[in-house]
This record gives sequence, C-alpha cells and structure tokens, in this order.
Amino acid sequence: MSHITDLSFSELKKALNDRTLSSVEITSAFLDRIDALNPTLNAFITITRDEAMQAANDADTLISQGAGTPYTGLPIAHKDLFCTDGTLTTCGSKILSNFVAPYDAQVVSQCKNAGLVSLGKLNMDEFAMGSSNENSYYGPVKNPWDTTRVPGGSSGGSAAAVAANLTPLATATDTGGSIRQPAAFTGTSGLKPTYGRVSRFGMIAYASSLDQGGLIAQTAEDIAHGLGLIAGHDSRDSTSADQPVPDYTQTLNDSLKGKVIGIPKEFFDDRLDSAMRQAMNEVLDVLKSLGATTTEVSLEHVAEAIPAYYVIAPAEASSNLSRFDGVRFGYRADSPTDLMDLYERSRGEGFGSEVKRRILIGTYALSEGYYDAYYKKAQQIRRLIRDDFNRALGTCDLLFGPTTPSTAFVIGEKTADPVAMYLEDIYTVATNMAGLPGGSFQAPLINGLPTGYQLTGRAFGESMILNAAHQVQTVTDWHTLRPEGV
Amino acid sequence: MSLTSDDVKRVAKLARLGLTEAETTETLTQLNSILGLVDQMQQIDTNGVAPLAHPLELKQTLRADAVTETNQRDKFQAIAPQADQGLYLVPRVVE
Repeated sequence: MSHITDLSFSELKKALNDRTLSSVEITSAFLDRIDALNPTLNAFITITRDEAMQAANDADTLISQGAGTPYTGLPIAHKDLFCTDGTLTTCGSKILSNFVAPYDAQVVSQCKNAGLVSLGKLNMDEFAMGSSNENSYYGPVKNPWDTTRVPGGSSGGSAAAVAANLTPLATATDTGGSIRQPAAFTGTSGLKPTYGRVSRFGMIAYASSLDQGGLIAQTAEDIAHGLGLIAGHDSRDSTSADQPVPDYTQTLNDSLKGKVIGIPKEFFDDRLDSAMRQAMNEVLDVLKSLGATTTEVSLEHVAEAIPAYYVIAPAEASSNLSRFDGVRFGYRADSPTDLMDLYERSRGEGFGSEVKRRILIGTYALSEGYYDAYYKKAQQIRRLIRDDFNRALGTCDLLFGPTTPSTAFVIGEKTADPVAMYLEDIYTVATNMAGLPGGSFQAPLINGLPTGYQLTGRAFGESMILNAAHQVQTVTDWHTLRPEGV
Repeated sequence: MSLTSDDVKRVAKLARLGLTEAETTETLTQLNSILGLVDQMQQIDTNGVAPLAHPLELKQTLRADAVTETNQRDKFQAIAPQADQGLYLVPRVVE
C-alpha cells in the first residue's frame, strides 16, 4: 500500500470504513507531513495539531462503537476565511491577526457534524483578493510543482496543500476564479458550486453577490463526497437556495453518451496560447471518446466580464469591509487621538495594498454622481453575461474551456501591475457573474507544469460537472500526477 | 475619467482609510490604470437593460417572528480591542 498521505479522500474513506486505517493513524500522518513541508510551502497559517488529534481519537471511539457517519475521522483543512470557533481566523489579513472567531461558519459546522477532523487553517490572498496568493499578510504560498512559482489565488493555500498531500480535502471560496485558477495551477480538482448552493454564513464576505464556498481535492469523486456534506439550505444565509441536495456520488458513473459539450468560440480565439489549445484539444478528444458531442456556442459579452467585475466586486467589498473599524474586534492602531484617527489608522495599517485599492475603487464607484456610470452599468452588463450563458446552456449540457490563459507564473512576475493580475481570471470571472457552477480539473502538463480545463454547468447542475470530470478521470491519469521533490 | 491626487484623498476619507503620501501617489497611478480597464464597459450598449443584482434572482424567504438568537455579548466582547462593563470603548466623541 502507498503512503497514507498519498491516498485520496475517497480512498481514505474506504480504508477507514474497512478499518484498515484508524483516524489517529491518518490524522497524525497528515500532521507530520504538514510539519515537514509547511516551512517550505507556507500553505497553512494555523496548524491545529492538538485539536485534530483529540478529534481523531474521538472519531476512532465512535467508529469502534459502530457510530458516527461514513465520513467520521476523515481529514479536511479550511481556508482561513471560514470562521472557526476558538481558532484564529485571519482571512490572510493583519487586521484580523488577533481574531479568534466566536462562532463556526455553517460550512465548518457541517464538516464537524459529519465527523471530519480539521487539520488547520489555510493561507490565502488577503480577503480573497488576488490571483497569486502574494497578497497574504502571512507571506506567499509556494507552488509545490515549482517553489519559485505561485499556486494561484485566492485559495492558494487550499490548492497547494492538496497538491502536496498535506490534506486530502480543503474548503475554498471563489468570487472570480479563486477555486478554479489555483486548482489549475497546482494540478488539483476544484469546484465552485452554484451561487446559493453552499451557505455563506460565517464566510468572511468579499463580494456578497459573487462569493461562493466550494472545495479542492485530488479528484472529482472526492469533491462529490465533500459537496454532499457542505451543500444545502441555511436559514442564516438569506441567499442560500432552498433546493434539494442530490447524492453527487450516485451519478459519477453515468454515461456521457449523448451529452453535448458547448465550446464558447470566445475562449478559443487566436489569443489562446498554442500549447494550452493543444492541452484542451486532448481533453476534448477524451470527452468525445466517452460519447459526448461538441457544438460551438457564443458568450458574446464575456470579454466585458472583467471590467464589470472590477466595479461590482470592489463596490461590494468597500461596503463589506467597512465592518473592520478597530472597535469591536481585530486590529486597533496604537494611541488613537480621536475616533476618526482610530478608524483611519486601524484600517490604513491593518489592510494591505490590494485590499486598499479595491476599497478605494469601490468607494469611488459608489460615490455621489458616479453610480450610473459604474455600478449600474456593470449590473446591466452582468445581465447580458448571464443571458449569454443561459442561451448557450439552452443548446448544450456543459460549457468547456481552459481555466487559465497559461500555467503558473513566477512569484513577483505580476505584482507591479494590478491589471495584468486581474486578467489572470479572464476565463473564470464570467461564471461568477452568472452565478453558475464551474469546476476546474486536471489537463495534460505543459512543460512539466499543471493545467486545468473548466466545465461550467446550469444552475444547480454540479452533478453533471462532477460526472463528466469523473468519467475523464477514469480513463486518464492527469489527476494522478504529483509534484516531485515534495 | 482620470483621478487626481485630491480625488484619491477624498475617496480615502470617505472610506476611512488612512494613506501615507507615498501610498497616495502610488495608488493614484494604479487606480487610473484600473479605471482604464473598467472604462471598457462604456463600449457596450446597455440601453433598456435592467440591472442584475443577484444572478439567480432568489426570493427573500420569511420565517416566523420568534427569537432565534441567544445573547452572547460577553463572548463577543472578549475579543474586542477595548470593552468595559458591556460597552465598546473608543476615544471621547462628546466633550
């Protein structure tokens, strides 16, 4: 048998259910690997060894009594944007560097209720604003495939931890590509569910109409298991959808015969890198060999998704982040002279530069006299984008494209130019604007570095995305490739 | 539209965000470059298009008018920078 930490979430589940491994064995193997590799990768901000070993012990007791759930004792790690009662929750920011959350996010509660053991909290771009994980107050995360490169962002810690076998499953969030882009850069599988599928309660808000919690793991099957645990209606999130949660594992082996894959022509125009095009064609050939057919579709307004996103997301962020004021929790500047000084210096010293830029853009866009030119215009474009997707998905079952324009870039390469960084999300942002589910799954390597292909489905159509990705994973080995040397 | 350094200071004031002079200068260039990206929106004809605030246009749900939250003031105030006798302390506002 391979080493414990090589096993996928689904394989570990089988080993626990068959009692060939105990939760204590599994948990301590992952914690030891985290201790060995985290100094290099910086994927974790907080490692909760004692709590994890206690939870693993409790899980083994339950299992020995025949109690618990089918998931009792399996490890997970949470992006440090999900509030965890009694554990530091930083959101990658200095302003929350002392914030021990007083309650659990709904996603965290659901994982606990299922019996999962949390290994700790994962690094991320500050307030989920970034595409490289270089905007973390706790330092950049390194890509396990090449530690001079970024793991993507904002869920860079989640992706790097799964890629390096530091955890078999990680929670993550996606506002404009923050699950899918790091999954592509690290050779992992990542799913951003439909807006409203997963509760946002206790998920520190960036852009509330776009944010959605999801998962990163080794395989689509692992995500199918995890999504069943975290999906569902929550009365504490008024935008959470009251829709039944299917068993995502039951449809993984459905045939793709007769399924129609839509190819948005805008994703395959002459700007697409030739190596990326070739990698995408290889995946498409596999989908066709499994019985799917393809059809060309158009997402006419997809190019305007990035400009409109950089109004809507900062506008919502400027409002959401007003709660960090140095009064009720978090960082407070030393010796404030008056209340205004307390606000301005606590926020000025507590936020990093990308967060400040987005607060300023958002405040400007919402300020008197500019609303129609910016926020309203962006929301109108949002409707055009959403209508494009609905039209396209009327003629096909899933949309297919690359997740990113290229493989992972070198640390520092894009930090001086925010706009160049924003264009990293060119293939992912529109999905959030439309609120649809999107997954990124492993495609062939390019020059030894991972790439991802993206599947976008109809609202609440996560099953079909996971089904198609799982079928590809049953006949290819791209998802089994692991970085050497870590 | 292009911002001036005074615009940045005005917006920073609205956002209660303290910026150093050096930050203001650096931010000005970057904000103008971001606004250049954002202004690509103006090429699109959106006449008569209704703004979309939420992708799925979900309906607000109602619940029974009953108490669902318990008072956890002490727990919440335990993490405040400065609290005393149930109150959050800030510099004096009224003389």
